[in-house]
Amino acid sequence: MSETTGTSKDGIEPTGGEQSSAELSGADVAEHRARGGEAPQGGEIEQVQLDGVVVPEGGTRPAAPATRERSGMFGVTGSGDTSGFGGLRLPGHAPPPAQRPFGGWFDEFADDLGESLAERGVRGAVQQITIDRGEITFYVARERILDLCRTLRDDEGLRFELCSSVSGVDYGEDAAQRLHVVYHLLSMTYRRRIRLEVALDIADPHVPSVVEVYPTADWHERETWDMFGVIFDGHPGLTRILMPDDWDGHPQRKDYPLGGIPVEYKGAEIPPPDQRRSYT
Amino acid sequence: MTDVHDGPAPAQQRITTEGPIYTVTGGDWDTVTDAEHDDRIVINMGPQHPSTHGVLRLVLELEGETVTQARSVIGYLHTGIEKNCEYRTWTQGVTFVTRADYLAPIFNETAYCLAVEKLLGIEAPRRATVARVLLMELNRIGSHLVCLATGGMELGALTGMTAGFREREEVLHLLEFLTGLRMNHAYVRPGGLAQDFPDGWAGKVTEFVALMRTRLPDYDKLLTGQPIWRQRLEGVGYLPLDGCLALGVTGPILRSAGLAWDQRRIEPYCGYEEYDFEVPVATEADCYARYRLRVAEIHESLKIVEQAAAKMEPGPVMVADRKVAWPAQLSVGADGMGTTLEHVRKIMGQSMESLIHHFKLVTEGFYVPPGQVYVPIESPRGELGYHLVSDGGTRPMRVHIRDPSFVNLQTMPAMSEGGMVADVIAAVASIDPVMGGVDR
Repeated sequence: MSETTGTSKDGIEPTGGEQSSAELSGADVAEHRARGGEAPQGGEIEQVQLDGVVVPEGGTRPAAPATRERSGMFGVTGSGDTSGFGGLRLPGHAPPPAQRPFGGWFDEFADDLGESLAERGVRGAVQQITIDRGEITFYVARERILDLCRTLRDDEGLRFELCSSVSGVDYGEDAAQRLHVVYHLLSMTYRRRIRLEVALDIADPHVPSVVEVYPTADWHERETWDMFGVIFDGHPGLTRILMPDDWDGHPQRKDYPLGGIPVEYKGAEIPPPDQRRSYT
Repeated sequence: MTDVHDGPAPAQQRITTEGPIYTVTGGDWDTVTDAEHDDRIVINMGPQHPSTHGVLRLVLELEGETVTQARSVIGYLHTGIEKNCEYRTWTQGVTFVTRADYLAPIFNETAYCLAVEKLLGIEAPRRATVARVLLMELNRIGSHLVCLATGGMELGALTGMTAGFREREEVLHLLEFLTGLRMNHAYVRPGGLAQDFPDGWAGKVTEFVALMRTRLPDYDKLLTGQPIWRQRLEGVGYLPLDGCLALGVTGPILRSAGLAWDQRRIEPYCGYEEYDFEVPVATEADCYARYRLRVAEIHESLKIVEQAAAKMEPGPVMVADRKVAWPAQLSVGADGMGTTLEHVRKIMGQSMESLIHHFKLVTEGFYVPPGQVYVPIESPRGELGYHLVSDGGTRPMRVHIRDPSFVNLQTMPAMSEGGMVADVIAAVASIDPVMGGVDR
């Protein structure tokens, strides 16, 4: 699949609305679908003027790539399945951009962040802001992640002293920009948590290391390299951490098999978990 | 066969490109440290070593007895829990995550279930939430007791070990009574609990609290005031607040540096705001402070256990939504624990729809709306966070466990370098890493 859509482009009505796309997140679905879904263009970031200050307006355009499309209720393809389930199509989920007002502390925080970034001359860092289930996510241009983290840590109005976690997510072989690096930051001063997310192409999985800002990211980034093959440029010693040094491949990528052997139980052979029937 | 020497046998020597490698087995240390070799020695300690707190491997560079560089090597217990969860339903994930930090299984289960519930937009019923708090605090007591016990053993206080494991056994007995298993309970499920507590649980909990109240003062006699214990721990493994924050440390290590950061207080979950308890803090930032905090936290956990037991009111322990709740109730029959006969009778004899529903929910699982959440809770070792990503299906897209042991273990070099070899053991014991959580 080459399109990362929030829509069903081939004219089939999207089914299973309950699970699909943005409805549950309360965003304007029609508008999002009309505009959205296109894979984000790197570096194409809108910035709007707000009270004379350049603010990265995350609520304006979607930059987060969609997840894989799901099809066929029982994973059936090319068989004589006439139940209709095999033809089921569920569009991928593209996290919708948040609309102002965000509510809670998010508006004030987004403004403060925009001002601080402008002060420090960091431009085009935030591509999209998504608010979902009470958590705020900033989709970040990878070239700016280090500057953004430094601003978040050092600015008096932001003060994200603690980096809770850096990890990877692989959205599957069908998704565009399938590799994501996810940072969870915590401001102990203001008691806020935010998430930063950087989407990467599988062919070019480079992202600047944030170890010089958050030393704790050392092992997190080594684990993300080990498990997902994300290369953190500038890391002091990017070696494998959980797998043996001479291991081939990156085990938590979706195209890396889980492994396992079939097990016979009472005469029936049970296939290994990654070859069992999948319902999604 | 060995030759007969005057004095101890020389250490076995092997020449490699990196220099000679000795296998020192005891009594032969002199052959390694005699005058003709330089003072710098690189020691490999572990992964199979009684004092490394599990399958942790330490590589220490020594000058005499002073550690000039220390590095930890992990991964010996990597079991692929995160990847395995991606091939199972959301409910089955519980049985995997409970094995990550095996000394804090209830914390793993609860954090995972809170995250799944946040994705689903549901909330467990009150009785289930209170029961989770009760179980978590019992589990915290057990985990801290293991820390004291193994820490004592590693430092040579063997009575500390026997005492710690004796009390922990009481915790495990109680958890076995309440959940059915001593460890790896898989008792907390998305939406509530697997089943209700058995009859007579309140009496057992009261007995346990009373027993612990009589036993805990023994630790003060045995360890807290004991001069050798204090000399081994005081001023050792120092890590001040700025170091803690830079290295992402949470839990007792952070609180020993003076910051009263406890997730239960800061961002209450499971109704912790209703409970009356203190967050013990120290400012010495050394191993002894961490030891004292753990003992103090056991006392606080006992208070919470009592309050939670008093708050338990009759009610359901699973959400009413039959699309999420496990279809069958369990009961003990002639052949052991299993689905209740009434349920079997209903699905096999009365209601075809119930049978279909049971089959679908057990084999296929429930659908979780797409999105991602991060849920942090306060485990005995610090911030235990679950980052779950769903793509809308019946299996997780990603389960990431932010395990506090993994993060806190990074402080080992900062605590140990420049100190003595023996103090490395004290520092690692005070970090209390659980390798099941570190390696996942």
